[in-house]
Amino acid sequence: MKRMISLGMAAVLAVSMTACSSGNSAEETTAAAETTAAAGDAAETEAAGDDAAETEAAAGGTIKIGGIGPISGGTAIYGQAVMNGAQIAVDEINAAGGINGMTIEYQFEDDENDTTIAVNAYNSLKDWGMQILMGTVTSLPCVAVAAESANDNMFQLTPSGSAVECIQNDNAFRVCFSDPNQGAASAQYIGEHGLATKVAVIYDSSDVYSSGIYEKFAQEAANQGIEVTAAEAFTADSKTDFTVQLQKCKDSGAELVFLPIYYSEAALILTQADSMGFDTQFFGCDGLDGLLSVENFDTALAEGVMLLTPFAADAEDELTQSFVSKYEETYGGTPNQFAADAYDAIYAIKAAAEQAGITSDMSVSDICEAMKTAMTEITIDGLTGTGMTWTADGEPSKEPKAVMIENGAYTAM
Amino acid sequence: MSFVSYLINGISLGSVYALIALGYTMVYGIAKMLNFAHGDVIMIGAYTVFVTVTNLGLPPAAGILLAIVVCTVLGVVIERVAYKPLRMASPLAVLITAIGVSYLLQNVALLIFGANTKSFTSVVGVPALKLAGGQLSISGETIVTILTCIVIMIALTAFIHKTKAGQAMLAVSEDKGAAQLMGINVNGTIALTFAIGSALAAVAGVLLCSAYPSLTPYTGSMPGIKAFVAAVFGGIGSIPGAFIGGLLLGVIENLSKAYISSEMADAIVFGVLIVVLLVRPTGLLGKKMSEKV
Repeated sequence: MKRMISLGMAAVLAVSMTACSSGNSAEETTAAAETTAAAGDAAETEAAGDDAAETEAAAGGTIKIGGIGPISGGTAIYGQAVMNGAQIAVDEINAAGGINGMTIEYQFEDDENDTTIAVNAYNSLKDWGMQILMGTVTSLPCVAVAAESANDNMFQLTPSGSAVECIQNDNAFRVCFSDPNQGAASAQYIGEHGLATKVAVIYDSSDVYSSGIYEKFAQEAANQGIEVTAAEAFTADSKTDFTVQLQKCKDSGAELVFLPIYYSEAALILTQADSMGFDTQFFGCDGLDGLLSVENFDTALAEGVMLLTPFAADAEDELTQSFVSKYEETYGGTPNQFAADAYDAIYAIKAAAEQAGITSDMSVSDICEAMKTAMTEITIDGLTGTGMTWTADGEPSKEPKAVMIENGAYTAM
Repeated sequence: MSFVSYLINGISLGSVYALIALGYTMVYGIAKMLNFAHGDVIMIGAYTVFVTVTNLGLPPAAGILLAIVVCTVLGVVIERVAYKPLRMASPLAVLITAIGVSYLLQNVALLIFGANTKSFTSVVGVPALKLAGGQLSISGETIVTILTCIVIMIALTAFIHKTKAGQAMLAVSEDKGAAQLMGINVNGTIALTFAIGSALAAVAGVLLCSAYPSLTPYTGSMPGIKAFVAAVFGGIGSIPGAFIGGLLLGVIENLSKAYISSEMADAIVFGVLIVVLLVRPTGLLGKKMSEKV
């Protein structure tokens, strides 16, 4: 009897450890559903891209930009979006005369969200003659490729690699906010728009994404005059019952509850808050993107939830509308934030290359040195922010944007 | 007032643990094996109800009945395929097989239903009970879960002590070999135990997801483990022990979240378990056992 119990307890430990790792896979499968639909488009795009490059033989030669991202597999939706979004920017720039008269040649390789395949893709792009790398799309392969590009001193701009390590080398920059910087951006947004002065946080202390955002948020909140009235944690092992955390948030007198977590837990939190009669403003980061697609979730509960996301397809500015209509026309479907990040990435490369006076006969390393300095000097107005600038460590500085869920759809603020 | 509300929330959570723990303790008490796949049978039960009620639009009662049937069949099949061939093997082999079955069920569910979270519609139609002028509320799910636990406890106890099949279960749990010599069909009895345990899992799955409406292929695994702890806490093999253990575990978990630290809650729960087992190795209501020499 005793022996069985001790065996059992050992097994409990084993099982609970593995249970932790299972949490984050939800997002990836969302993407899988749409993979097949988009795969057909992918082939067409590449063909179209080649044509454009060939027909527009400009006077200043060519500049070869390579892209890497998952265009098959579970995270294909992200890679497809980046590939297509960048293609739109490349076509626009080539049609308008290229960069300093140089036509962009653009080639995109699949990495299946796998580090080894990503490095192989990087090598084959180098064989092709890549001079600038736009990628990679997802964080883990990005970190692996970043190590290679640093060795070669190849200029790298990732549209969406949000892990801190993606741009740890000084040849790498990014367009999106880093994971933890979303925390600072959220605090700024809440402070500057006067959404609340008393904020409670519910975060996942067992998840680096969530706890990283929370820590940055807490730091920046102090600067914004925001009082964090309650900071309640949960872990991957106890994410069923949030009533205690919600009750403490409610009792703390918070005017807004910040949820730097993934959408599946958020759906549960919203449901429980509703049944407790806790009606408050909820605010989240890009992890909440997907909330409306939780099957059978009563989206009425999500009404009024705000989330920090750099791009909303229904925003009314001219740039967004022209991008969205081109995307819908060419690829079908509404572009997501990854497509917008990639579009901005290409324009950032253009701006920096013009600033640096890049010519097509420069070596990869010379281009990189010139681009590194130029990146910190440019300011661009893109889809994901106006007045975007970069610091020498590669982080973007831009106005955070938020969307609100209204009538079951994301609406730009 | 907030203390009472934390307490009520703790009881809500605990009642779900208790319901799952009843199935665990039932199977352990008779078959003397830890069925780690119990939590995943719960998940299958919940998916069955989700598919039949939410997707196919059947009435909840039909969905629950179907879930009970599906889980019962599943439990018997698991026992026949995975555990029966190991009847004479060491307890460790059976334990590892059970963990294997648990992962198998999770991955099969992942294949069929995908990893996307599904929001479960509560099948409980009982309104919440408002106390103290609406400041406190006990959800209908909690009331139904506690009542279900009590009914199941009484029914199980009566079944085991009053029926022939129940007596056979007791005999098998005492000594399989001797029971067989007395003409008891040991394999049949153990299969029956799994059938009942899995039917309870179906009910637990429905109520778990009604109270906490989020359904993924991993929904059953952590509550399953917590319920196992609850069963050990109350004295594994003891039916009232599982109920009390479950409720206490839920209350301790929520009160430590509320008053000590929401991050430390699990550490505290497991710490309490260790202390209880040091003081009373067989759990709160466990039978005292003398080691046979």
